[in-house]
Amino acid sequence: MRRGIITALLIIGCYILQSTVFPAIAFAEIVPNLLIVVTAACGFMWGDRTGLAVGFVSGLLADIFSGDAIGMHAMIYMYIGYLNGKFNGIFFPEDIKLPMALILISDLFYGLFTYLLLFMMRSRFAFPFYFMNIILPEIVYTILVTLLLYPIILWIYNRLEKH
Amino acid sequence: MSPIVKKKGEKFTLPGKYLLFILTIICTGLIVLTLNTDYVSRPLTIVAGYVISPLQQGISSMGNWLGRRSEELVQIRDLLEENEELKNQIDELTIENTKLQQDRYELTSLRELYGLDAQYDDYQKIGARIIARDPGNWFHSFQIDKGYEDGVAVDMNIIAGSGLVGRVVKVGPNWAKVNTVIADNFNVSGQVLSTEDNLIVKGSLELYADGVVEFGDLIDNADQVVVGDKIVTSNISDKYLPGILIGYISTLNRDSNNLTKSGHLIPAVDFEHLNDVLVILQLKQNYEDM
Repeated sequence: MRRGIITALLIIGCYILQSTVFPAIAFAEIVPNLLIVVTAACGFMWGDRTGLAVGFVSGLLADIFSGDAIGMHAMIYMYIGYLNGKFNGIFFPEDIKLPMALILISDLFYGLFTYLLLFMMRSRFAFPFYFMNIILPEIVYTILVTLLLYPIILWIYNRLEKH
Repeated sequence: MSPIVKKKGEKFTLPGKYLLFILTIICTGLIVLTLNTDYVSRPLTIVAGYVISPLQQGISSMGNWLGRRSEELVQIRDLLEENEELKNQIDELTIENTKLQQDRYELTSLRELYGLDAQYDDYQKIGARIIARDPGNWFHSFQIDKGYEDGVAVDMNIIAGSGLVGRVVKVGPNWAKVNTVIADNFNVSGQVLSTEDNLIVKGSLELYADGVVEFGDLIDNADQVVVGDKIVTSNISDKYLPGILIGYISTLNRDSNNLTKSGHLIPAVDFEHLNDVLVILQLKQNYEDM
């Protein structure tokens, strides 16, 4: 219950930061993807069920405020959360390499899927352009922000595990 | 033994893969439902409007403040160089200014001819503040702080200054989502103001970095359209009110089919520094009633 409320607050907080503060201070018009960080982190920290639930909620939130079909992002985020949950067995709080690698791959996954579903389907085939200008900068920026955000999530995790 | 069989005294939990399967079906259902109807998105937009939007309004102003500070730091260095250049420019501009003043008299009379002056004044408008941007990097859309409680409805046109910004695609009680002209999934039917030739303006993520928007399907057999011509929204568009300025033609090429022309246009609105916009409360669907 406690974990649920705290996670919900974390998701809403990250969404709001992502849609208001970060665009104002964005480098080269690129915004880091905090929702992916939260989804992936919850996945490998608490297992696949939590991961997919958090992913579903994060994605739904992103869907409501975007003009397109509701459920599209929810599905992408949900699978990312679920797959991250599969790494729950080899996750140790002291190790930072695995979380970083997982978040990086998750964001790459997200970028590729968004391109595939929303751009390639509309016959926009200039993949190298989208990769170099949107997907890659987003990954780099997300990893940089993760260095700040991850310790906070880890702290929450450690506090919750104690109880 | 099946993993979902309940053991004695154990709390019932659904294994991840079944949950994933069920939610996948729900998501697919939602996608299909929202593409065709309004049943799901309506209640969700209301809930989100009361939970998220007020927070965004508050934090957005903080974000703007941060943004201005970081911009200031970058600007100081540029400003010194710019100052030098500008001093040189002043001399050039003084000469040009005299010339332009003469042109202005000509312009005033021309504008009366076009009747553009009074065109936007006929519509009832309300001001709105931008409170959030699209959380992703793929589309250029934003949220404003007015919703259906203020009379905003889907498909209402958004302008800033004198140019078209976009249109409302989704509306909640106290917020609305605006899709912009430069967004990749944006198409609008326009026309060249001087020749009244119709064309289609298409937003493109690839061209966004160059500050231009693509257009195509321009039929101009008389070769009268030239670079620099104004493009406005056309009469035949079913969503946009006629005569709103979209931008100016920057490049113009003949297509390989030798029938149509395409090219790029520079939007009339500066999308990078957009904070306040105007919502035109007149819908194109009811345009005849006016």
